Amino acid sequence: MSDPNVPSPTLLSAGGDPGAGRIAAAAGLERQSEVRSPDLPTEPLGTYALRHGLRPSAERPPVLAYLAEIWRRRHFVMAFATARNIAMYTEAKLGQIWQVLTPLLNAGVYFLIFGVLVPINRGIPNYLAFLVTGVFVFNFTQRAFITTSSVITESLPLIRALQFPRAALPLAYVIIELEQMVLAMAVLVVIVLATGEPVTWYWLLVIPALLLQTIFNIGIGLFAARLGAQVNDFSQLLPFLMRTWLYVSGVLFSIQNLGLSQTSFLAKHSWAVQVLEVNPAAVYITMVRDSVLRSQRLSAPGAKPYNAALCTQWQNAAARGGTVPVKLQYDSAYCAAHITVQHFWYYGIGWAALALVVGFFFFWRAETRYGRG
Amino acid sequence: MVVVDDLHIVYKVYGAGGDRGSAATVLLRALGRRTRGNIREVHAIRGISFIAYRGDAIGIIGRNGSGKSTLLRAIAGLLPPEDGNVYTTGGASLLGVNAALLDDLTGERNVVLGCLAMGMSKQEAKVRYQSVVDFSGVGDFINLPMKTYSAGMGSRLRFAIAAAKHHEVLLIDEALATGDAEFRVRSHNRITELRQAAGTVFLVAHNLEEVELTCNRVVWMDRGKIVMQGDDVISIVDKYIDASGGIPVERDPATRRRLHRAVGGES
Repeated sequence: MSDPNVPSPTLLSAGGDPGAGRIAAAAGLERQSEVRSPDLPTEPLGTYALRHGLRPSAERPPVLAYLAEIWRRRHFVMAFATARNIAMYTEAKLGQIWQVLTPLLNAGVYFLIFGVLVPINRGIPNYLAFLVTGVFVFNFTQRAFITTSSVITESLPLIRALQFPRAALPLAYVIIELEQMVLAMAVLVVIVLATGEPVTWYWLLVIPALLLQTIFNIGIGLFAARLGAQVNDFSQLLPFLMRTWLYVSGVLFSIQNLGLSQTSFLAKHSWAVQVLEVNPAAVYITMVRDSVLRSQRLSAPGAKPYNAALCTQWQNAAARGGTVPVKLQYDSAYCAAHITVQHFWYYGIGWAALALVVGFFFFWRAETRYGRG
Repeated sequence: MVVVDDLHIVYKVYGAGGDRGSAATVLLRALGRRTRGNIREVHAIRGISFIAYRGDAIGIIGRNGSGKSTLLRAIAGLLPPEDGNVYTTGGASLLGVNAALLDDLTGERNVVLGCLAMGMSKQEAKVRYQSVVDFSGVGDFINLPMKTYSAGMGSRLRFAIAAAKHHEVLLIDEALATGDAEFRVRSHNRITELRQAAGTVFLVAHNLEEVELTCNRVVWMDRGKIVMQGDDVISIVDKYIDASGGIPVERDPATRRRLHRAVGGES
C-alpha cells in the first residue's frame, strides 16, 4: 500500500484506535500514547503560550474590555438595527408603513371595543387614552423581551462568521423596538389630543421615562437573549409569562383603583397591590400615563387631600363596574395613595439600573458559549 | 500565532436515540424514571498539539469527519476544550461555508455590516466598501438580497468581507471551494498577502492542489488526531492521497509541481 521507508516529516501523534490502522501504517507509525514533535518547545505549551502574550481562545473578555468593545461597535449596532428593521418589512407590500400602521390598528381595536361596543371605563377618566398608553408602553417591553429571546438563534451565521461582542445583538434588537416605540408615541400624541387632553410641559417627561424604560429593556433583553439561547423550552413558556405580566401590570385597569374597590382580594391584601404597582412594567406605564394624560394626574389617588366620604363614594361607583359618571371619575383623587408619583420615578430608575446590571452580567458570563452546538 | 496544547474536544449529542421530544419520554423524565437520557459523547479531537507561527499558512487535510472543522472552530474559540487549550493572539476569525451573514439583506448591507462588526469605523467601512465588492466579483448582484445568490457568489462575498480586514488569525473552512477559477487566483493572492502581513492562515480544503499552492505547512488529521504534519507539503499530500487509495499525482521530478494545471496562476 505504501512505503514505510519514505522519509516522513514531523510526526506528532499516532492513531490511537485500531480502526486507524490503515492510516497509521501508511504513516509508518506504531500505536503510541503521545509523541511530541521535536519543533515544539520543551516547556509546557500553556506556559510557552502565555509567555508569548497569547490568550486562551475560549476565554471570556474582562468586563471593561468587553464594554469598550461594545462601544467600538456602536455603529454596527445601529446599522444592524436599521438593516433588520428593513428586512422585517421587505416581504410586506406596504413595507415600512407598517411601523405606523401597527400601533394605529392596535389603538383602533381598543377604540372599537371600549369606545364603541362596550363603553366601560372602570371609573377611569379618559379610559381610551389610558388604555392605549398602557398598551403601547407595555408592548415596548414585551416586544423587546420576546424578540431578544431569539436573537442568538437568528444570528447564528453572523456569530459563527465574525468576532464581535455578542451583546451587540440584543442591544440592536432593543434599538429596533425603540424606533418602533417612537413611532407609536407619535400615534399616541394624535390619540391623546383627539380624546381632549391638553398639551402641557409634562409631556416632556415622556423622554426620560422612555429612556429609563429602554435601559430596563436592554437589561431584560440581555437576560432573555441568554435564556433563549440556552433553554430551548423558554420560547414555549414566553407567551404565558407575557400574558400574566400584562394582566398584573395595570394595562387594562388601574391597579391603584383595583385595590380601592372593597370587594377584591387585593383590597384585603394591600401589600399585593403595592407589589403589583411597583413591578417594572406598571411603573413605566404609570410614569408615561402621568406625563401624557392630565386626566391621570388629576385623578391619581393622593392628588387631592384625603376625603373619606368622597373616596368611598367613588369606590362604590367603581365597584359597581361598567361606566362611572364623568363627574365622579376624578374623585379617586380623594383616596389615599400607596405610592406617590415621585416615588414611581425612583422605582423607574431603580428597575432600570438593576435590570441593566443583572442582565449584562448574566449575558456576559456566557459570552464564549453563544453560537456553539 | 496559535498554540494548540493537547487539545481534546468532546461533543455532547442529546437525544441521539431520536425520541427526545416525545411526550412519553418527557413524562418518564419528569417522573424521575429516566435521566435526561441518550447523551452520546463524540470525541472529535483527541489530543492535538502544535504551534502555528506568524506568517504561516497551514493546510489541514483529512477525510470527512476527521475533525478538521472542529479544530478550526476550537481555534476560533467557538467550542470549549474538554481538556487542553488553544491560545491565540487576538481574535481568530472563522470563515466557513455556512456563514451566511444576513440572508434577507442585500449584499451591499452585508458588506457594510460585516465591516462594522469586525470593528471598523463607519469611515473605514465606507473606504473599504468598493474594494470588497470588486474583490468578490458579484457585480450587480450586490444590490440584491443574499438569498438570491448562488452558493459560489455567497461564499465569494463572505470571503471578500472577511479578507477586507487584517486578521491575526484567519480560519478558512472550505469557503473557497465553490469559487470559480478566477476567484481562486484572487483569493490565493489575498491569502499570500495576509500571510506576509504576519497573520496566520488556516485552510481546510479537500482540493489538495489548493493546499499545495497556498500553504507552507500541512497538518494531516484522522479520527481527531494528527497523523502527520510538517513543512514538506507535497510529500505529506502525496502520502495522504496514497493512504486514502487515490490515484497518485503525476509530478515534474525536478520541481515536484503537478504536471497538469487545474488552477490557473500562482503567485
